[in-house]
Amino acid sequence: MKQDAWRVELEPRSGQPDPVGENARKALANRGLESESEIRFARGYLLPGRLDREQVITIAQRLLADPVAEEILIFEPNQIPEDGKQRLVVRRMPGVADPEGASASQALALLEIPLTNGETVESLRCFRSLEPQDSNDFLKVASRALANPTIEQVSLADSPIRLRATPDYLPSTRKEIPMRRLKDDELSALSSSMGLALSREEMRAIQDFFIQEEREPTDIELETLAQTWSEHCKHKTLTGPVRLRVSGADGALEREKVYDNLLKETVFEVTRRLSPEWCWSVFSDNAGVVALTEDVGIAVKVETHNHPSALDPYGGAGTGIGGVIRDILGTGLGARPFAATDVFCVGLAGNDSAERPAGTLHPDRILEGVVAGVRDYGNRMGIPTVSGTVIRHPGYIANPLVFAGCIGEIPRDKVEKETRPGDFIVAVGGRTGRDGIHGATFSSEALHEESETVDAAAVQIGDPITEKTVLDILIEARDKGLFRSVTDCGAGGFSSAVGEMGEECGAEVNLSAAPLKYPGLSYWEVWISEAQERMVFAVPPESLEELQSLCQLHGVEATSLGTFTDTGRLVLKWEGEEVGNLPMEFLHGGVPQPERLATWRCLGLETTAWPESIDEKGTLLKVLSHPSVVSKEWVVRQYDHEVQGGTVLKPYQGERGTGPGDGTVVKPDISRKEGVAIGCGIAIRVAELDPWSGAANAVDEAMRNIVVAGGDPHRTALLDNFCWGDCRKPDRLGSLTLAAEGCHDAALAFGAPFISGKDSLNNEYRVGGDEVSIPPTLLCTAVAPLQDTSLAVGTQLRTPGNLLVLLGVTNSNGGGSVASEILGLGDSIPPSPDLEMAPTIMEALHRAIQNKLIASAHDLSEGGLAAAASEMTLGSNYGLKLDLERIPTNESIPRSGLLFSETPTRFLLEVEPQHLSRLGDIFKTLPWETIGEVLGSPILDIVGQEAIEVDQLREANHGAAP
Amino acid sequence: MRPRVLQLFTAGVNCDRELRHAFELAGAQVSDVHIRSLAETPSLLRECDMFAIPGGFTYGDDLGAGRILSLELHKFLGDALFEHREKDGSVFGVCNGFQVLVKAGLLPGLDGVQASLTWNQSHRFECRWTRLIPSPAVRHLIPGGDFLPAPAAHAEGRLVLGNAEADIAALEESDCIALRYADANGNPTTEYPDCPNGSTEAIAGLLSPCGRVLGLMPHPERNLSTEHLPDRGAGKWGHGGEGVDFFKGLLAPYATQTPG
Repeated sequence: MKQDAWRVELEPRSGQPDPVGENARKALANRGLESESEIRFARGYLLPGRLDREQVITIAQRLLADPVAEEILIFEPNQIPEDGKQRLVVRRMPGVADPEGASASQALALLEIPLTNGETVESLRCFRSLEPQDSNDFLKVASRALANPTIEQVSLADSPIRLRATPDYLPSTRKEIPMRRLKDDELSALSSSMGLALSREEMRAIQDFFIQEEREPTDIELETLAQTWSEHCKHKTLTGPVRLRVSGADGALEREKVYDNLLKETVFEVTRRLSPEWCWSVFSDNAGVVALTEDVGIAVKVETHNHPSALDPYGGAGTGIGGVIRDILGTGLGARPFAATDVFCVGLAGNDSAERPAGTLHPDRILEGVVAGVRDYGNRMGIPTVSGTVIRHPGYIANPLVFAGCIGEIPRDKVEKETRPGDFIVAVGGRTGRDGIHGATFSSEALHEESETVDAAAVQIGDPITEKTVLDILIEARDKGLFRSVTDCGAGGFSSAVGEMGEECGAEVNLSAAPLKYPGLSYWEVWISEAQERMVFAVPPESLEELQSLCQLHGVEATSLGTFTDTGRLVLKWEGEEVGNLPMEFLHGGVPQPERLATWRCLGLETTAWPESIDEKGTLLKVLSHPSVVSKEWVVRQYDHEVQGGTVLKPYQGERGTGPGDGTVVKPDISRKEGVAIGCGIAIRVAELDPWSGAANAVDEAMRNIVVAGGDPHRTALLDNFCWGDCRKPDRLGSLTLAAEGCHDAALAFGAPFISGKDSLNNEYRVGGDEVSIPPTLLCTAVAPLQDTSLAVGTQLRTPGNLLVLLGVTNSNGGGSVASEILGLGDSIPPSPDLEMAPTIMEALHRAIQNKLIASAHDLSEGGLAAAASEMTLGSNYGLKLDLERIPTNESIPRSGLLFSETPTRFLLEVEPQHLSRLGDIFKTLPWETIGEVLGSPILDIVGQEAIEVDQLREANHGAAP
Repeated sequence: MRPRVLQLFTAGVNCDRELRHAFELAGAQVSDVHIRSLAETPSLLRECDMFAIPGGFTYGDDLGAGRILSLELHKFLGDALFEHREKDGSVFGVCNGFQVLVKAGLLPGLDGVQASLTWNQSHRFECRWTRLIPSPAVRHLIPGGDFLPAPAAHAEGRLVLGNAEADIAALEESDCIALRYADANGNPTTEYPDCPNGSTEAIAGLLSPCGRVLGLMPHPERNLSTEHLPDRGAGKWGHGGEGVDFFKGLLAPYATQTPG
């Protein structure tokens, strides 16, 4: 039964701005609403109908409204306003979390108006048209323009709006799924009808197992296997056997290679060969851990959260960052997060609905949503998001990518963990609901037109304040030694967390003990729910009480769900009955790994035909406003990138704060002088032409970021994130394999080990009969310790009269460059780092920075020399003069190539004149040359063309929220 | 004896580390207390000279930034806070802490003046450096220059008043407008981006008429060294570390106290 409800609406007082209302008007107009009427926005709340008017007024005035800024409107239960057809109410779908409503429910106790059991407060968004509307049209347009149909519903306020009753309790009992007699296609049908995303071979392996066991599986056993064996959790493609065949442009086979375990023989192999003593934990825990000092390490992880972000960008990105933060909390006995990173890949702004596949959101809406999602989660967590970028490419139109990274500090003696039989399995944090059921298997399948409607349950809404409290508890409990192991509930929920922690021993879980958001969940839903903000601890019996009272102080639940055992089996119980019993060995080792074919046919590219003469100024302005180069300051300013007080080299720099940085530097502990440099590299346009080069460029760029920021290239650790199309298709797996080889070769050359990674291999979109893959996307993230952050250098010019030095050789390969796209040069050979010289250049620059010879430095990336030089002026009030004749190069390159070629391993350095000879002692025979100087006036003066005002550059580069 | 600072903690407080460090650099002895502990034992307030509320997103900013914690202060600590101020104790709130003090009515704390902090003009969270110019009443907190450079980082920092003109006059008369956003030339401004939120009269911080309750939106605790400055000490953003002087100034009344 629905419950009658009071509705409180809070509109901005007259004279106060109403930007949400104004944006709603624009969004409605964009979506084709004919009326141009003004729209007013109100925050809305539903309160239980049994309250009396006095109570509702008290609640509205003292709790809900800001009486100085807002007007209070109260609607009685069943009261229909006269202008009901002009009023819209946007509500969350049933089952979608409402943290603000929950806060209001709790806070009522402060007013001594407590709610009774089953009563809730619900928060809403309300819109009111000042003029009459065609109500059908109004509702229809608003349903798309003002709400996300995946998680929200819109209704007119012309009928009573009632609170939803909690669902009835449905008893669930043990259920077997007969499968031993099924034929192959019936197995596939079973996998798909249960949403298991298991292949035929995998279903067969499960069938064989249960034939041996002489019984049928239960539903929860199949669900557990599906979660544990999912691509998302198991990475079976990258860790399985791969046969690579590379052919020339003519199709003739040039090279064949078989990998038994692709990741182990490429990315891990670098780490195994280098095995530096400063790597404390690699590829084994939720994050990699490297040394910062002798006693303190840093834990680093980068995750992807792609498919949920396609459906609900805001919620998807928020839970993405929430998830990677929990990875850091769940590393060792818990690391304390102090920095976050984000990289978004979305379609181009110009893609209007005519070009967009059905069922996809506009790329601008996606970008807005993911930025807001990271903002609201990261800011509330108090973790500065300091590094990242936005990539725009038509290939992401239907399948955006959201990379979220997190870095934490951890004492050396907290890096190891061990679950022991007899330890309690304790869940801490939020309650379990139906959120994100099948998230792990969902992310392993391609998106399709119906994704938007059928997968609402896979979308989760984050509650960052609960997660922040879990963080507070975790660090205190860690330092008091209250638990022996911890991991986060990510994809697969309890099933993955308990399954992983008990892998070596065994576990017995009483699912009926889990605290639920609402009754009615079946036992398998409790087990695989991906409700957010939950961690699982292994707690020795003697510490349970202390942990629980610590949690109580912070107002978070800690519940024992059972014990870890020494049986080697995973036993699941529901209301006393055994509903699942699987050997850990089969769960973790039983997945079949067939050899997969990987093919690549070289494109047969020619060298880049840089034109002899171009409109240099016009091209530069276009480069600076290109989606890859345009300023992302509007994103960074929405993130509290200085919280915790440790951000000492900022993402946007200089007096004006408008100059883009390369690497950023963050101190985990502001009372000390050590810090961490953070960089990232991504080169999708190069990777499309040559996946090996794409990977090598990404590694080189991440290394450049680190070195420019003052990090030591010999202490740099790398992380890989592969986001690819469907790798069951040989061409997709072919480019992936070449990229993995590129990672291996480049990282080995730099002596930089990989310490962690994550892949997402099903980024395809089915629409009609076509299957479209995203561009091959490798994100390489790099971190390195700085022993003294005061040595870090920024990218912005500091002193007129200083010299400008270009370090590194320029060559003409410009395939995949921004300028080649703008100038319409077509595909050509892309640039690649010279892996013999590149490490020497990075080392030399690091020494120069350590010796304080560099006033500012900027690496050359998208847009080449011209863009890099421009960017050094953007945050300052100074200018630059440069002479292209002096650029170190081994070939004859037209001016257009010198300005815009994107050869890696190059740096622009601002140097005081008296330091030049000492710099020469360090750079010696490396390719370097003084090519210009810093000017006191804000102009970019490139010899041979008219000087350009920096204001003009800044204007071209200025980015704004879509 | 070092000045004693009691720092409030609850769900969503997240600027406690830098605030503690700033107070410690300024010579204080800092302890943290959870609102639930303080609710049980309000007399803990008697053990401090300065009661400080750090920045953050207490309770997720649900129902408006600072609203729920301000109700908790009222309910659990109303009398204890009154007694604290009567005994010459100070209260300091930064960012979310300032929002809490305003919503609780402790700031401006002037009869008849209704104030609130609401959404920035841009309706967005903004993180950027600001220049704050002081009123004579707090001039001593900024001894090294004409302005206090400090980053602002908030979504709900626009000060609004129930009756703008009359209220401003009243606030000015009682010297309550402690800090204003200024442009590079040191002139108060409500223009973006120098003023990140469009605050009435460019107000960034308020002081109670008794002079012992101070709150501001930007974060002086994030300007403790040259490294913190956006231009890394190139000269246009002060010399860096102005925040340390600011907190020393706040604690000055307690720095020479003998144990009592």
